Parts: sequence; C-alpha cells; structure tokens
Amino acid sequence: MSNLTLHYNVPGDDFTRAGEASGSVKRTLKDLGFSPEMVRKVVIALYEAEINLVIHAGGGEIDVEISPESVDMVLTDKGPGIPDVEMAMKEGYSTAPDNVRSLGFGAGMGLPNIKKYTDEMKIDSVVGEGTTMYLKVYNN
Amino acid sequence: MNTKQLVEKLNLKVLVSGEMEREITGGYCGDLLSWVMGRAQSGDCWFTVMGNINAIGVCVLADCACIVLCENATLDDNAKDRAEMQGVCILSSEENAYTLATKLGEIL
Repeated sequence: MSNLTLHYNVPGDDFTRAGEASGSVKRTLKDLGFSPEMVRKVVIALYEAEINLVIHAGGGEIDVEISPESVDMVLTDKGPGIPDVEMAMKEGYSTAPDNVRSLGFGAGMGLPNIKKYTDEMKIDSVVGEGTTMYLKVYNN
Repeated sequence: MNTKQLVEKLNLKVLVSGEMEREITGGYCGDLLSWVMGRAQSGDCWFTVMGNINAIGVCVLADCACIVLCENATLDDNAKDRAEMQGVCILSSEENAYTLATKLGEIL
C-alpha cells in the first residue's frame, strides 16, 4: 500500500460541521482495514485537535498521511497561538468561552486526550501568528 | 444485550432508531464531550443530557452503542437529522443518569 494523503479545510466557529474531517478519516481508516483500536486512537486525537481549530483558531487546515506503519497528522492555523503550552496541556485547564462550554466543550481535556492517544505530539505556537501541531500514531 | 432489548428493559422512548440491534457491552455517564470522548468505550450505552449535534459526533467517533438522553433532555433538530443520517440510536427517559445506569448495571 502506498501512502495516502488527505487534506481538509476546517471552518472556524461552525460547530455544526465540527468533526467532519475526523469522521472522514475514521471511515477511510476503517475501509483500509486498520484495527478498531488504531482507528479509535487516531480519531479521538484528531477530533480534539479539529475542535480546537474551530473553538480557538478561527479554523485551519488538516493534513493526514496514512501509511501501513503509522498515521501522521499536521494541523495548522493562523489563530491567536498558545501563550503557555505547558499550562494548556494540564487536564481541566481551559480557555474556552461560556457559549462553547454550554455546548459541552471546554472540559480542559482536549490536549491531554491528544497526548494520551498519540505516540508523538509536537506543538509549535507563536502568539499572534498561529499554531502548528504534529501528531503521529503508530500502527502496532 | 442489544439496544432493542435495552429499550424494553429500561422503558425508554426511541427518538432515532439508528442501529437498533447493536450489542451493548457497558455504560458511561457524562456531559462534557471531551471527557466522554477520551474515556467512553466502544459498545457503551452513553447516558447524558447533551442532545446537540456535537454529541452525535462524539458518539460516532467514540463508537458508543447508543445515546440515552436522561431526564427528558432535548434533542436538537439538527442533531436528530445527523443521527438519522449516521445511523445513531438515540433513546430517551424521564429518569436521571444514576437511576438508569444502576438499572443497566443490574441487567448487563
């Protein structure tokens, strides 16, 4: 199997469409025959990252590369950036506004969930310029 | 036990039938979507009051067997449409999550 690449544009502040990219990746991975556990890890991490683009960054882009060995995801946005990545990684810490919390988001579990379900996670963020997140899940 | 049997045993209303014979292997209670997303297991019956479109997405991605809206919580129109489109089973009860979950625990 040669590597498969997928690209998604995620619109900002549109909660009715949030999760579409993750749903598409889930169907693709299932169709390719990845194990349910592998699919679950990728999809939970990607959904959280996708929601972050919607809530915090005014949208962004997602690139996914699928190989037999791993799934690599790169999420880029031109949002406000993350001033304190270490703080943002703590369970329960959230800067989500009240209107977003009323939808059930803002538990402060987004980045911790991504960390938990990926094998590699790297965040490059510059305040005022944007954030790029690199994620990798190995197919064990 | 499958979702059809769950409806009978817990006296639930069916809001969206979806995949009605999906096997239920456990249960999870929660309303914070990321919390549920990261911890609910595949095959869980998810008890919540969150009836919006994003809850449908979480149910699909976390691979829960069904959603039970507790205490007659509202299912949004666009959430109903999405659930029908994606085959998600949405059930409803006037009882709270604790009561429903304890009943599920007895019959699983």
